[in-house]
Amino acid sequence: MTERTTGATGTPDHSGIGMRGHLATLDWRRYIIYIGVVVVFLFFAVLLRDQGFLSRNNLLNIFRQTATITVIAVGMTFVIACAEIDLSVGSVAGLSSVCTAMALSRYGMGAGILAGLSVGVVVGSINGGLVSLLGIPSFLVTLGMLGIAAGLAQWITNSAPQPILNDTFNWIFGSGSIGPVPIVIIWMSVFVAIGAVLLAKTRFGRQVLATGGNRTAAEFTGVNTKRIKFQVLLLGSVVASVAGMLYAGRLQSGRFQWGAGDELSAIAAVILGGTSLFGGAGSVVGTLMGALLGGLINNGLILAGLDTSQQQIIRGIIIILAVAMARRK
Amino acid sequence: MRGIYKAFDGVPVLRDVDFEVRRGEVHALAGGNGAGKSTLMKILQGVYSKDAGEILLDGRPVRFNSIHDAKAAGIGMVFQEFSLIPTLTVAQNIFLTVEPLDRFRLIRDREASRLAADVFRDMAVSVDPDALVGELSTAYWQLTEIAKALAQNARVLIMDEPTASLAKHETEVLFELVARLKARGLSIIYISHRMDEVYRIADRITILRDGRRLFTEPLAAVTPAQIVEGIVGRAVEGEMVYQARDTRARAEPALEARGLRAGRRVQDVSFSLYPGEILGLAGLMGSGRTELARCLFGIDRLDAGELLVRGKRVDLSTPARAIEAGIALIPEDRRAQGLVLEHSVRDNLLLPLLRRITGGLLISDRRGRALAESLINRFGVKAAQPGRPVRLLSGGNQQKVVLAKWLGTEPDILIMDEPTAGVDIGTKSEILAMIRALAHAGKAVVVISSEYPELLAVSDRILVLRNGSVADELNRQDIPDEESLQLAVQGV
Repeated sequence: MTERTTGATGTPDHSGIGMRGHLATLDWRRYIIYIGVVVVFLFFAVLLRDQGFLSRNNLLNIFRQTATITVIAVGMTFVIACAEIDLSVGSVAGLSSVCTAMALSRYGMGAGILAGLSVGVVVGSINGGLVSLLGIPSFLVTLGMLGIAAGLAQWITNSAPQPILNDTFNWIFGSGSIGPVPIVIIWMSVFVAIGAVLLAKTRFGRQVLATGGNRTAAEFTGVNTKRIKFQVLLLGSVVASVAGMLYAGRLQSGRFQWGAGDELSAIAAVILGGTSLFGGAGSVVGTLMGALLGGLINNGLILAGLDTSQQQIIRGIIIILAVAMARRK
Repeated sequence: MRGIYKAFDGVPVLRDVDFEVRRGEVHALAGGNGAGKSTLMKILQGVYSKDAGEILLDGRPVRFNSIHDAKAAGIGMVFQEFSLIPTLTVAQNIFLTVEPLDRFRLIRDREASRLAADVFRDMAVSVDPDALVGELSTAYWQLTEIAKALAQNARVLIMDEPTASLAKHETEVLFELVARLKARGLSIIYISHRMDEVYRIADRITILRDGRRLFTEPLAAVTPAQIVEGIVGRAVEGEMVYQARDTRARAEPALEARGLRAGRRVQDVSFSLYPGEILGLAGLMGSGRTELARCLFGIDRLDAGELLVRGKRVDLSTPARAIEAGIALIPEDRRAQGLVLEHSVRDNLLLPLLRRITGGLLISDRRGRALAESLINRFGVKAAQPGRPVRLLSGGNQQKVVLAKWLGTEPDILIMDEPTAGVDIGTKSEILAMIRALAHAGKAVVVISSEYPELLAVSDRILVLRNGSVADELNRQDIPDEESLQLAVQGV
């Protein structure tokens, strides 16, 4: 606790030596996720050589399976960097998938996409409005919204899957591929690229980090922190609704279960990627790495023949271990 | 600023205040807690809106509806609670919201660093624009804040207690900078409790009391006594003068340290502290003063050495053990270490005393209220509603809450780290009087302070720390003046 306080307030008693030591550990911690991805990759590459871990197909599979989570996690990076949280993204993805599917079967593809995006806009606006205008903690608002969106998705479909027969939609949102590259990977790359530039190189991104780093200071510098909080929650939700459409396209149906529990995987990816849970610092590329680490582990454990319960345990251990290592001084 | 009036919930905090700063002037603004200084400055910065009166800039009336307006008009602020983002770099902080952009509207971070370096060169200080603010010391934060204001073309710079957390040589750098800025025609409003500083750098002084302007005078025309009296509302005498006491009569030390070592900052410290004695700890930043205090209170672990309380060896490896041994620590940073800011005054006071108000398994609300009430009265905390968050109190009153909280545990040994940092003169003299009274009642007190006049005013004996060990031990009678203490500390 004391370490954190001194780090944050910069006590004048820091000597040159102390500061250099601090910097060194910080640098090391910043790259832990990259190290982690490489180490886990090499580990499985050696251990699961004979199970086809390194085959092109399997590697593409890893990306394909993590693509949707990565997209959600890119949005989540902004939310967490701003010192907020969004627990509703998984159910927003689910609700978006069923709304897209239902509108699509009745009014065509354009309406379907519009319906999916509207889910994100509406939920995000409600989340953002309640948090920034009424000052309700985002944890509570989005916890409530998690239930509301999931319930809605199940209710309007009577729990039944909504098939999507539009091949163009299915191709664009997940089933297709350009050359050897599955289209979901292209979606993922586009989101990561835009997200990375948006967070690191634009005024909006800088103000998100400032608001998360010290809200009062940001406010006193002229940053409209209420607007920023609204915008990140809106962004998180809209991105999640696109992820919902990616589920719908890949699995050729809308279903209320799509995305269930994704909020936790996304939060894990963001935190593993080096974004501070307390806000103020974040990296979208780190988030991609965090999501990849999750994907690698899932894939490797399946190939190794572990059952779901064992996978869960090992995944949990690895998350705690990685975060602990990133924190140890 | 003319005829400024402002009330909160119908209670007037500023009544008809006039305030003016000339070009190229350093204007000191002083007043006790609740005098209205910060409210007046917040109106100038556009944080609060005024209820009546007008603000003129270069003779033309202006309206500030937001911080943004004031900033655009050239009002810059260097905050007491620094307004920087610790997770961003120096340059990123300086240009926050006004970043240089390329044609794709993307931020040119390298250009920002270069511009920031230019500003620092102009200020004739060296700060790395690419360093993370959170990893720099307070002095650099302040320089960054000033650079931030300058980069945004501030013409009026408000500095609130700028030296409160600076070491001596850092203060010198700041003063030189203030002189340069003034020569360039900047107007500086300088809020400070420290008389010597005000006299050194300010041209005029305005004193506020109870929301009214008491006077504005050139400093050449007022005496320090007049200023202090103006702030406090009564003549303050004697608080800063040492009152000799007989202390060495008692044979057994209350606390004895033998060969303490801990981390890099405490290297072989031995001393004895007697009941009824005030022991001053002097030393530069980084000399290990604070670290020593932390060891004595069980926050940092000892690597070697032993501690004896009333002649018996004790294990002070956790604060709980230290409290049991009758030790209390008034920490350096009351906001981060001394208080739970969002909790009420009462809850803060009762935190170390829960055992005394617990009947059976449950906390007795009635006993808690009574105990808190008695502490508030005993230590003169001005808190009309003990149930409201301690955050709402002024700095001086917050410090009194910290003192009251620990004195409530009835400690025999008190360690005070910068007990008067950032409090106004009135409260400061009350705290110094309180320290003397405690020693008089037989408590053993350690006072750490970077203000030499304060150390000299209360200490019976002064330990000079240098590089983590005791470099010198001086009896108060052997220190003729402030300068000789300073020389001892510098080690020349």
